[in-house]
Amino acid sequence: MQNTAAKSSTTTDSRLLRLSPRDNVLVATATIEAGEDILVSGRSVRAAVKLPLGHKIATREIATGEKIIKYGVPIGSATLPISTGEHVHTHNIKSDYLPTYTWKEQGEYFKDHH
Amino acid sequence: MKAYLRSDGRKGIRNIIVVAYLVECAHHVAREIMFPFRERGVHLIGFGGCYPNAYSFRMMKQLCTHPNVAGAVLVSLGCEGFNRNELARAIRDSGRPVTTVVIQSTGGTRKSIAEGQRWISQTLEQIATTPRVEMSIDELIVGTICGGSDATSGITANPAVGRAFDLLVERNGRAIFEETGELIGCEQIMAERAVRPELARELIACVEKAAKHYTVLGHGSFAPGNADGGLTTQEEKSMGAYSKSGSSRINGILKPGDVPPSGGLYLLDVVPDGEVRFGFANINDNAEIGELIACGSHVILFTTGRGSVVGSAISPVIKVCANPETYRRMSEDMDIDAGRILEERATLDEVGQEIFDRVIKTAEGVPTVSETLGHQEFVLTYKTFEPIGPACLAAGAAS
Repeated sequence: MQNTAAKSSTTTDSRLLRLSPRDNVLVATATIEAGEDILVSGRSVRAAVKLPLGHKIATREIATGEKIIKYGVPIGSATLPISTGEHVHTHNIKSDYLPTYTWKEQGEYFKDHH
Repeated sequence: MKAYLRSDGRKGIRNIIVVAYLVECAHHVAREIMFPFRERGVHLIGFGGCYPNAYSFRMMKQLCTHPNVAGAVLVSLGCEGFNRNELARAIRDSGRPVTTVVIQSTGGTRKSIAEGQRWISQTLEQIATTPRVEMSIDELIVGTICGGSDATSGITANPAVGRAFDLLVERNGRAIFEETGELIGCEQIMAERAVRPELARELIACVEKAAKHYTVLGHGSFAPGNADGGLTTQEEKSMGAYSKSGSSRINGILKPGDVPPSGGLYLLDVVPDGEVRFGFANINDNAEIGELIACGSHVILFTTGRGSVVGSAISPVIKVCANPETYRRMSEDMDIDAGRILEERATLDEVGQEIFDRVIKTAEGVPTVSETLGHQEFVLTYKTFEPIGPACLAAGAAS
């Protein structure tokens, strides 16, 4: 993995870390309290829930079934529509491996990108 | 670095006597034998089962003849299935002093404790004169594991350990990463780093085996604390765990007890072969640490986000804390504060260098915090393995 981690531009809150340019989630580098206004991709979004250090939020609208990309690779799929700035976690995404195990599909994804 | 030279030619960074119980029924006696010497380099290890098992025998043999180990007391009840004579012979053949206390022959608890302690008192004097020789980085074996992971692990501590591993491999040291169940989702990108095409196929097969193993058991390597810490899926946790391996080419695959034959980066395959039996591959972090040590690891790099406190018997554990909030809460249990990366108080390269320097210091004899606090965790369970195939290593691993 390349060290492509980059903090904020002027369009995103400095407490949100983008690990790879392709990612559609950002990682909180400090705890963000519910009700705080945070800047995500140039838009101000009010945090609906407390976002503890290490948790993820969406950089953009994500449709049901779409891959969640972190570190530049898929880490699961959306089980619900996710809006910009929304908390991304077990309530709205699922693993593509366990318990549903789709090996081949993942293999082909990686082949396209490496 | 100055090392302890063993009769079999291996070099250790600690001079430890292990007290090893060969069945749970001998555990109490073994612990009592060890207890008064616990701050003088006497560590407790053992195997609880009464039924013999090739894996657990090999693990005990590799641990009792580890380069950090100077001698061993085997504690047997007398009727268990463990082949104590074969183990004692292997230790003796390595040139290390060994004694076997058989509780049923010695005449019970008190007499056995006294006999074991008498032997340790004499042997501590004997091993104090172990020759010290120069040891270079290319003779050092370092293992890494993550435990109590959260979403910071894969951003700070794990990639920083990856940098330290790169520095070690550049100097021809031997580096081992593990837990194929935590590489599920990374198999394709990992396979691209294999030094040989046949090894690439083995790396993928290895992770595939882990995924099947976990699917049968209905549970991945994912604890509730991982999700509280912001990790959502197995593959997300995997990407973080994978970054501990750094960016070197992958030289080979080991199974527990295989010693890496030359400098470079190795994957330790910890998931049993064949049909799933005996339960989870590794019941906790110390089961994996024990396996890394059985592969000859002199030092273990342990990354944690939620905050683990463990150490290990035999080899020192360096704890690298990923999460700055955890570090502030538990700094007395941590050797390295990698959470500084998140707060922009240090770079990945700086922390990677700091970890590398701490490995050298630890090898020179400076105790880690878990050593100072007396941590000597150890656990060993049942497993079944086939020997590694020819595609896994260019040259056969020493055993």
